[in-house]
Formats: sequence, structure tokens, C-alpha cells
Amino acid sequence: MKSRRLITGLLFVSPWIVGFLIFTFYPIAASFYYSLCDYRVLSPPRFVGLANYSMLARDQYFWRSLLNTAFMFIELPIAVALGIGVAMLLNQAVKGLPFFRTVFYLPAIVPTVAVSMLWLWIFNPDLGLANAGLERLGLPRLGWLVDPTTSKPAFILMDLWGVGGGMIIYLAALQGVPQHLHEAAALDGAGPLQRVRHVTLPAISPVIFFMVVTGMIGLFQYFTQAWIMTNPRGGPEHSTLFYALYLFQNAFEYFKMGYACAMGWILFVLSLIATVLVFRTSARWVYYEEGR
Amino acid sequence: MTGARRITVGITYIALCLLSVLFAAPFVWMIATSLKVDRAVFTYPPEWIPRKPVQVSYAGKMRDLYTARLNGRTVKVAWLHETPEGVRAAVLDPEMRARKEIVVPSQSLRQEKRFFLRWGNYPRAIKSFPFLVYLRNSLIICIPVVLGTLISCTLAAYGFARLTWPGRDALFIFVLSTLMIPYIVTLLPMFLMFRAFGWIGTFLPLIAPAFFGNAFDIFLLRQFFRTLPAELSDAARIDGCNELSILWRIIVPLSRPALATVALMTFIWAWLDFMGPLVYLNDESMYTLALGLSAFLGRHAADWSGLMAAAAVVVMPIIILFFFAQRTFIKGIALTGMKG
Repeated sequence: MKSRRLITGLLFVSPWIVGFLIFTFYPIAASFYYSLCDYRVLSPPRFVGLANYSMLARDQYFWRSLLNTAFMFIELPIAVALGIGVAMLLNQAVKGLPFFRTVFYLPAIVPTVAVSMLWLWIFNPDLGLANAGLERLGLPRLGWLVDPTTSKPAFILMDLWGVGGGMIIYLAALQGVPQHLHEAAALDGAGPLQRVRHVTLPAISPVIFFMVVTGMIGLFQYFTQAWIMTNPRGGPEHSTLFYALYLFQNAFEYFKMGYACAMGWILFVLSLIATVLVFRTSARWVYYEEGR
Repeated sequence: MTGARRITVGITYIALCLLSVLFAAPFVWMIATSLKVDRAVFTYPPEWIPRKPVQVSYAGKMRDLYTARLNGRTVKVAWLHETPEGVRAAVLDPEMRARKEIVVPSQSLRQEKRFFLRWGNYPRAIKSFPFLVYLRNSLIICIPVVLGTLISCTLAAYGFARLTWPGRDALFIFVLSTLMIPYIVTLLPMFLMFRAFGWIGTFLPLIAPAFFGNAFDIFLLRQFFRTLPAELSDAARIDGCNELSILWRIIVPLSRPALATVALMTFIWAWLDFMGPLVYLNDESMYTLALGLSAFLGRHAADWSGLMAAAAVVVMPIIILFFFAQRTFIKGIALTGMKG
């Protein structure tokens, strides 16, 4: 009986199991083997040991791309704070909620290619809206994407336009916070800020945790925007040569598959470490309801 | 309403209005640019309302119309050409007939413009890239991806939510942990594998994986299936139904909202995907809308009104979909936030 239940269960989840083996497990294992090979696609892989890894350690563009990607992590706390902030505003039982919700959410479902084209035009140094806005405020104009000091902040600014994707998830979480918790805290004499800190944020912390982890994974593979918007690819003085972009170039432009797979494996290990770190700290700031 | 509450509400509305102006501005700017004539596109400081310069015929040629202050009076003039002393212009009478030619400093001239929407940018943009072909390709990919995801994730979610078997919960946690593997790590071996299959340059690498489930949608459907009362399936089991028919006859009809959410989100995800088509498709006639749009960008680098019109055309289907299915969207998002 027990084994029959096991077989039925496994049959139902078998599409996933087969998919996992073909599209996740095999690629990761193969990627590790290729990372130890000199593999130029057209000729079969040749085992070279750790040569790719030691070459990467001496590759200045590898380090550059790692630092560029690390810089983008500034975006994570800003996006979380802005997303929660806007969601809290919308959670005040305001009139016209559907209108505001739509305005904030729509940018999140615009195709990245279209977003990139639009912001390329906004960041145009001569005619763009961004510089016109700065001038209107009496501030100096910036080079945005053509200046190595402002190219990454420009990407961050553009990404924050899409913060509505997170906002709408926080809003759903906020609407699930039981009203009696707020009332109890108010009776105990907690002010609005104290209630945010001690009631609202702990109550939605599982969702914040989920958003931080997925946001991190997303930033590790930052690619499309940089691929489309910076010309030459990688931007002025390699300031937007992000990790995934350099990996892609190694694989599909220089045909160094083994080298690119080594980069992939390093990214895999880095994202694993980052996820474990966030999980470790989560015991201190993520609260689950009693009885779970 | 107490005074303090009223102030909070006031501040909330002011903040919301300011923020919505900031968030809407790029959209409005995209639409405004897409309707401008070229000369209005290259105007600085930029203008929000599409206008085009008014022109008059003077000595058989079309000239731009300006207003000038002349001896304390405002007159209309036609711009002829620039000279070292200033702008040579023809003063016009109210019937727009030329009276005399003058030279005035350029700062004293103000260009006459009128409201004008150049709808022609849209057909021009659509005609300059094979829009319908790309649209068809996007649909050829999106529809089977949605179907495959629905079938495979429903089966797996049913196994995790409504059947009890040893090792189920441990395996489910394992499924969730695959969410944390960056896509780009598996991309290269997958490319090499599909190349060995001879699938590069076909839609198959973009479609086939959808039939094997994905952690996110399995999670979402499992959460929903768990909210349905267990008695429903128990009664059916006593009546001798097998699990597959319980799923098909009882669970699926009750789960339409959740399935609609998965279908919608999968469709949008496949519609937006850029890297997949970039890696697997190499013939331009097989490009998707997203990839075709980036190729269009490469060829029309400074044609901003055309680019914005093309971008608007690609964005529109998604926005229309959102307006028709807004409730499904919001429900589904609430579902992702569900705990357990």
C-alpha cells in the first residue's frame, strides 16, 4: 500500500523529475566537466584541469565584470525599501487604488527590450528627458550611459522604474497582515513608526526574504539591459561589462565554452554562498506565524 | 476623521500623486515621441505635446513661421536665412503676404508651432520590420509554452499537494531550492545539448522545457490546491475514481483562477524572454517580437520617433492583456505571497 502511494506520487511529479535531470542536473554536471576543458565548440573538449580557473584569476575583465555586478547590488535594498514604501502608501485605504496600482505596476510588465529602448532615449545626453529634468532643477547635465561614472547608476535608476513588480507583492502581503495586531499594538501605546517596525515589517518578513533571494539571483545574471543599451557592449571603459554579459561573450562571441563554463560554475558557487548567507541571517529577521 | 488622520491621508495622496507622475512620465514620453515629426523630436528642451512648426510659402519656397517684436508691435515673419548680423526674415501682413525683408537678432524670434500628431510613424515602424512574422513567431512559442507549463505543473502540484507519499515534503523543498539556480549557469550546457539534438535555429529549445514543469508554478499551484477541502477527493476515491480523474474532474474545475494566473504569467514571461531567443534562434525570419525589436534598434539608431512607435506596438498587447485580466493578475500575486 505504502509503495503504491509512493509510485502514484512519483508518477505525478515525474515530469518535473525528468525535467530536473535533463535541464538542471545534467547541465550543471556537464558545465563542471567542460569548465575543466579547452572547448572551442567546433573541436571536441580537451581536458586541461584547472587551467580555465587559473586563467580567470589573471583575467582583468573577469574581475572587472565581477565588481560591476557587485556594484548593482546597491539596487537591492533601494528596491526593497521603495517597493515596501509605495505598497504602504497604497495600503492606506486610499480612493483610486486600482488607478495608482496600475500606474506603478505597468512598467514591470513592459518587455525589457522596450524598456531599454525607452530609457536609451531618456538618457540621451543631448536631447533626453533626464538631462532636461536636471537642467530644470538647476543641476549640471550628466553623460549617463556614455560616462563610466554614471553608467551603472543609470541602469539602477531604470530598474527602479520597474519596482512595481515587487510593490504589488508587498501590497498583497500587507493586506494579509491581521488588523487585530495593529489594534493591539496601538492599545499598548505604539506610535505609527513603532507599529511599522514591530508589527508590519515582521509580519511581511517572509515575503521580503523571498524578494531579497530572488532579487539577488536576478542581479547575478544581469544581462539584457546591458546587452541592448551600451555600445560597444560593456559600455564606456568596461563600466557595464557585467558578469553574465562577459560570460555570454566568452561563450558565443569568442567561442571559449570551457572558459565560459568555468565562469558559470563560479557564479553558481557565489550564488549558493550568497543564498546560504541570507538564509543564515534570516533566523534573526524573518518571522513565521506560530504553529507552522 | 481626526485631525491627525486627515493630515496622514493628505500626505499619502500628495506622495502618491508625485510618484505616479514620475512613474507615468516615461510612458507618456514614449507615446509623445512616437507621434512627433522629426524636427519636434530633435527639439531641446524637450516638449511633452507633439507639435510641428508652421510653415508659409514665400517666393515659391516653404519657410518656417516666427513671431517677432518689431517697434513694440508683434508681427509674423518668415525665416529666410541666417546672416552675420542676425536672421534675415520677411515681414508678413495678416493675410500672410510678404511686405518687406528685415534683419533681426535671432533671440527676438519665437517659432510658431501647432499641435500635430504624426500617426504615420506607426505604419512606418511596423512596415520597416516584419512585425507580423515576429508576432506569429512569438505566438508559436508562447502558446505551447503555456500549455506545457499548465499540464506539467498541474500534475506535479497535485502530487505535492493532494497525495501523501514518503519523501514528498523533502522532495518539495528540493524543488523550491532549484529556484535559486541562476539560469545562465545551465544555459551553455543546454545550448550544447540542443546543438547535439540539431535543435539550434528551431523553436524547440524554447518550447520543450516547458513540458517538464518549473519550481515557481508548481509552488503556486500547490499552494492553491492545498486550500481545497480534502473531503472532495476522499468522497470521489470512495466512489472508485482514480487520482487522474479526481484531478481532472474535481480539482481542475475548482482551480480555474489559479490556472488562469499561471497561464497569464507564463505567457507574459515567454513574451518578454530575450536571452532564450537570442541564444537559440539565428535566422532573422524566426525572431520573436522582443528579439526583432532589438534588431530594429540596431538599424534605426537615431530614428527616435520610429523606435518609440515600434516599442509602443510591442508594449501594447501586454498592456491590453493586463487591463482585461487585471483581477487574475492581482489574485495570482496574492497567491504567490501565501504562506505554508
